[in-house]
Amino acid sequence: MIREEGKLVERISLRSDRDVARARRVVTQAMDKLGARALGRTRFVTAVSEIARNAVVHGQGGDISVFSHDRSKQVSVICEDGGPGIEDIDTALQDGFTTGRGLGRGLGGAQRLCDVFEIESTPDTGVTIRMAVNI
Amino acid sequence: MTGSATSSTLAILDEDFDAVLNSWLSTQGNEGLTRSDLFSDDEGRAHTAALLKAFAQGVRDGVTGEDFDLKGDAWIDLRSVLSEITRERVRIGVEATDMAAFVQALKSTLFTRLRQRLSDQPEKLIDEVWLITRVVDAFALYTTEIFIAEREQVIDRQRIEMLELSTPVVELWDRVLTLPLIGTLDSVRAQDVMENLLEAIVRERAEMVIVDITGVQTVDTQVAQHLLRTASAVRLMGAECIISGISPKIAQTMVQLGVDVGNVSTRSTIRSAFNEALDRLGYGIVRHSNV
Amino acid sequence: MSDALDGGSIHMVDGVLLVGIHEDVTDTDIMGLQDRLADRVASERAQGVVIDISALEIVDTFVGRVIAQLANIARLLDAQTFLVGMRPAVAMTLVELGMHLPETRTALSLTHAMERLRSNSG
Repeated sequence: MIREEGKLVERISLRSDRDVARARRVVTQAMDKLGARALGRTRFVTAVSEIARNAVVHGQGGDISVFSHDRSKQVSVICEDGGPGIEDIDTALQDGFTTGRGLGRGLGGAQRLCDVFEIESTPDTGVTIRMAVNI
Repeated sequence: MTGSATSSTLAILDEDFDAVLNSWLSTQGNEGLTRSDLFSDDEGRAHTAALLKAFAQGVRDGVTGEDFDLKGDAWIDLRSVLSEITRERVRIGVEATDMAAFVQALKSTLFTRLRQRLSDQPEKLIDEVWLITRVVDAFALYTTEIFIAEREQVIDRQRIEMLELSTPVVELWDRVLTLPLIGTLDSVRAQDVMENLLEAIVRERAEMVIVDITGVQTVDTQVAQHLLRTASAVRLMGAECIISGISPKIAQTMVQLGVDVGNVSTRSTIRSAFNEALDRLGYGIVRHSNV
Repeated sequence: MSDALDGGSIHMVDGVLLVGIHEDVTDTDIMGLQDRLADRVASERAQGVVIDISALEIVDTFVGRVIAQLANIARLLDAQTFLVGMRPAVAMTLVELGMHLPETRTALSLTHAMERLRSNSG
């Protein structure tokens, strides 16, 4: 559960793998500021990396906003892509699911690494994923 | 005298403090709340007296018109006395419902006296009973909140203590570690246990790790998954993992559950696992013939 | 001979190629590293390859897959390969993602890997 409004740390436009690396760095710094431990940080940043890469590879790019929730000690991200959306979210969340281009979407794995994971998908607006971690 | 909404209650408390106190105590006794197994009658009496005094103080200063704010300054004594008693009773094992009932027992004591005093003023009686009901209920809720917060802290503390107690990583030999698992393995604990173990591998530069499950009562699919994940993580770190202490019963369950142990080494006893670990590191145990 | 481009560095020491992957490596960089490593294993006839990931705080499924490929490629080219220096948090995250890298050989540190390479070749 996200317990309070967060303040925007940075909004990163996702066009290439360099932007994915940037997203990892920004989330790492935001978590460090709130005093995250190594394990928690590695888990959440890994999930962010999966989701941001998905947006670049499958979602025709998009953007990711990183929020810091200082009082409730949470970091959250909202990642929106401009792709065709996911037809069957439940199937996509299962382990080992892949769209057949050799890259698993890694959604199920990413979900397990977060404390909050919400996903919405429509053919018009693409996929929106909201993730958060408690520190 | 009849002006204020709580004037009769205040008069009762002023004139008959000891009688009210005794009556409150005997109501507690009748409802089985005295718990002489957990605290003495003297303690119970001291707690009740302190609370009643703070209550009288609050009713005198903290009710304006027909309203009161339990968070306000006038109730500060009552809040602190109540939280102190609650904390103490949580620690000795009193239940939340008993704590609330203890506070609630004040009602019948006061109401009996109010009924006698206001027998000719039914409207005033109803108003005052209603107001006192709200005050006492608010307290009962307050004590419950403190109770829950306190209980949660106790649980957290115990969880951490249990974890430290139950997951010691022991160095058996140069570069050989063992993790004797005891009790049950839920996901939160499994993760802490794994983290502990992996950090010990780095710290001790261990190459062999024996996870001993002799003390684990039951292995279900989830526990089996945790064990295999632990073995897998140990291997990723560059050490080798042997799972020991697999009883015939657990072996049966694991096969029936269809758990695939893959290439994880297993041994029935920690003794044979230790032997195996030494062997892989190039050590051997030799008995001197002259002993 | 050694080179250190964006993705990481490759050094040849006693017939063994030491690969150090840099912190926060991008997908393009690590793919470039894969190309460079394949070329060098073949051209320098390396007997062993040690891939050091102690600088990595994040190994997601993509990087995990490329690391497994690095090891497989080196093995196909007849070089024994070890992955070393994985951090505890990374190991735990990888198993949670279901990436067990079953075909990749691992060792605690560069020293451990070198010892094993020596004992295997000798």
